[in-house]
Amino acid sequence: MSNNLADWQFYWDLDGWIILAGMLCAASASLLGTFLVLRRMSMLGDAISHAVLPGLAAAFLITGSRHSTFMFIGAIAVGILTSWLTQWTKKIGKVDEGAAIGVVFTGLFALGLVMIVRAADNVDLDPSCVLYGAIELTPLDRWMIGTWKIPRVIITLGIVLLINLTCVTVFFRSLKITSFDPALADSLGISSQATHYLVAALVAMTAVASFESVGNILVVAMLIIPPATAALLTDRLSRMLILSMLIGITSAILGHLAAISIPRTFGFSSVSTAGMMTTVAGILLITALVAAPRYGLIASVGKRWAWTVRVTTEDIIALLYRREEKGIPGMKSEELIQQLLLPRTSLWFFRSWLTLRGSVVVQNGLWRLTDHGRSLSQDLVRSHRLWENYFSNEVGLANENLHQPAERLEHFTGSEIRKKLHELGSSQEVDPHGKPIPPERNP
Amino acid sequence: MDTSDYILQAIRVITLRDYNTRMVILGTGLLGAASGVIGVFLLLRKRALLGDAISHATLPGVAIAFLLSVWQGGSGKSLPLLLVGAALSGLIGGLAVLMLRQFRRIKEDTALGVVLSLFFGIGLMLLTLIQQIPQGHAAGLEGFIYGKTASMISSDALLIAAATGLVLMITILLYRPLQLLCFDEGFAKSQGWPVVLLDALLMTIVVIVTIVGLQAVGLILMISLLVVPAASSRFWTDQLPRMIPLSAFIATLSCITGATLSAIIPRIPSGAAVVLVAVFCFLISLTFGKVRGVFWLWLREKKLRRSYDREHILRDLYELLELHHEQGVAPTPPTPPESPTPPLTESNSNTNQQLALSTHVSVQTLQQRRQWPYTRLMSVLYRLQLQGLVLLHNLERVRLTASGFKEAERLTLDHRLWELYLMHHADVDPMRVDRSADESEHALGPEITSRLREIIAAEWEGRVPPSPHPITPSGAGINQYGTPQQNISDKEQR
Repeated sequence: MSNNLADWQFYWDLDGWIILAGMLCAASASLLGTFLVLRRMSMLGDAISHAVLPGLAAAFLITGSRHSTFMFIGAIAVGILTSWLTQWTKKIGKVDEGAAIGVVFTGLFALGLVMIVRAADNVDLDPSCVLYGAIELTPLDRWMIGTWKIPRVIITLGIVLLINLTCVTVFFRSLKITSFDPALADSLGISSQATHYLVAALVAMTAVASFESVGNILVVAMLIIPPATAALLTDRLSRMLILSMLIGITSAILGHLAAISIPRTFGFSSVSTAGMMTTVAGILLITALVAAPRYGLIASVGKRWAWTVRVTTEDIIALLYRREEKGIPGMKSEELIQQLLLPRTSLWFFRSWLTLRGSVVVQNGLWRLTDHGRSLSQDLVRSHRLWENYFSNEVGLANENLHQPAERLEHFTGSEIRKKLHELGSSQEVDPHGKPIPPERNP
Repeated sequence: MDTSDYILQAIRVITLRDYNTRMVILGTGLLGAASGVIGVFLLLRKRALLGDAISHATLPGVAIAFLLSVWQGGSGKSLPLLLVGAALSGLIGGLAVLMLRQFRRIKEDTALGVVLSLFFGIGLMLLTLIQQIPQGHAAGLEGFIYGKTASMISSDALLIAAATGLVLMITILLYRPLQLLCFDEGFAKSQGWPVVLLDALLMTIVVIVTIVGLQAVGLILMISLLVVPAASSRFWTDQLPRMIPLSAFIATLSCITGATLSAIIPRIPSGAAVVLVAVFCFLISLTFGKVRGVFWLWLREKKLRRSYDREHILRDLYELLELHHEQGVAPTPPTPPESPTPPLTESNSNTNQQLALSTHVSVQTLQQRRQWPYTRLMSVLYRLQLQGLVLLHNLERVRLTASGFKEAERLTLDHRLWELYLMHHADVDPMRVDRSADESEHALGPEITSRLREIIAAEWEGRVPPSPHPITPSGAGINQYGTPQQNISDKEQR
């Protein structure tokens, strides 16, 4: 065994099929998972993965064989039953989704356990042996299609993906409307109930087919993580579906590559591919949480931060302008800190920012406006005083209450609004406190 | 094993003679109490499946603890170390759920699902690593996740008892803030409670209970104990102070019954037995629960429908009498050869009553008017006869009795009062008031009706005012297009 990262080998005939199986499973699951996430039913996949046990037991008891076809049919039947029972419990008992899922799947699992232990005591019907396959074993079981030897799993998952894609395309409109507004759907004559069962049945089929071929944890993860990632990146359903599938497929490819390469560095041969695919999907989700353009951490923090900087710099130059009006040239850093309640540590930032923008020159600790800065602050002070006029004349606020709202609005006021305010104030040239309103910079 | 053996075994179990049975029943019972209590808070916080997420999230912690221990030269199978690893990793999973919820694009269920699958995936990956190191036998670790109830020993029971004590203590000490947190997070925040800290505390308790339980009874039973008893108790009461003990009671009962059953009947895994008993309790609660039970709701609805039906038929009988009188339409073809009918006037209630007693209405006419299925109509008429309000002749004709006439008069009066009120005070079209009055008259209580009488009936002095819209034999009114109105019967048949 080599300890070198560069030494790992990629065999198309093995790893290629494994990656393809992962991609097919990820694509199917992420496609449907989008609807689960939107409908707040994310835990359904996990519930089905536990609840299929009585289906397996029943299939075994009825047919007396452990052939995977019967197991598959039994599991799908119970998968659909799970979602139906959940829906029924939720509706009849007015229990919330999570609790309904919890009651149904634990109950079914226990039932399955009892059935197995009671009736088939000496038969090994452990779900982890019968139903739950491993993605690493994908290339072993092959079927001949023409001259091609194609793994059975690939065919199963390919058919599942095809069914899912067809259903989503055909029922796209119903799925979309019922996911966002079930009441509207019902009023348009689209049955939200029927659509719900369609989604549930497709999820059950996909989940069971994937458990059997690539293991349960991968499908549970792919039903939730890629759609959650896509939800952070876009607001449009069609884009969300495509993104979610792409993210799922990417996780599958990178996951397997990582699983066979990274452990070599630490002296191991490889790790569970399904686990690694899940981990990669998780890393992609975390990346989106941090860096998503609108809903990400950086975006929301950055937006708030940019806004704070803008308002503070505007406050600084407006204050300097008012000082100049009174005939006092410049201001000391100390005074600024006191007047604007600035944190002392942030002063250097605003100083360099404003100097860089060419609005302010600082000499010997004295802040002065440049011509550029003066014309900028002129607009701000003009907005402020026009608003004061407005609040005094039109709203009828008392003089001492004028400053607050005007101080807030001055940062949002453009030249169009100033023009309008100017006309409303019958082109008055002084504010209610008797101070002159500076002229517009570019009349 | 024959029947006597079963009985002997049952007696042994019930009298707690076996050390093992004693431990199992004690341990699961206590665990049930703890998870029943904490489950209520989870349910109300809409995080019923948090236990599910946390139990799956323990796996990487177990694996990492094992790996660390082996790396340090140990055997890796030290239980306290594994427990600590599981707890830490479960806690991190719980906190991750809380953090994910801060993003408004990620909903509660998605956060739970993400944590569950991601942590479990990472755990599985680490387990495959463990299988590759010489000392590693992951078998022991699998057993850690799927514990075995039947092999519980006194130290397990002791651990569970400690966890239960802790849960109960925290619940009692922090009852008020936890209650606020569950019912109105915003209000709790405004009252100055550190909501995030409380959530984290709740999470910690769940982690402790889950770890202890996982190790003792296994994954599915643990999830079930956190969800099912709490959901069952919700059907019996709306009040938190009652819900908590009830949920604990249901959980304890399911645990003890389940463990006992599994000890008596061979080849029933105790965890599964407990879950099945709990689900059975859930079904009982869903059906017969005092507050939200489906059976009582159904009964209430049925009772209400019966009273509507009764009122409708009595009013119909009265209105048909009026019609018979005013328009000369015979309510019963052929007209019974009774005394010449005096006019049904508003002044002489006694004469009216005599008229009513002597006038028969055919069941067929009633059926035409209501468009109900025959059985429904007849069952209403039978009940009216039992109450002594009408007399049925040969299942064909029906007439009001004296008390029946009074009741019908009262109901018609109320109905017309509503119609008048809706016309004059709510500006409803006269052609539509019948339907609107139909909707409100049943729903509003006697106080409102008597107030209505004060407002409107002064001018009618307790007599029945004439209907503001024409009455026809086949329907209650004519709509504005002049065609017989079918709405009522449509509505009734629904």
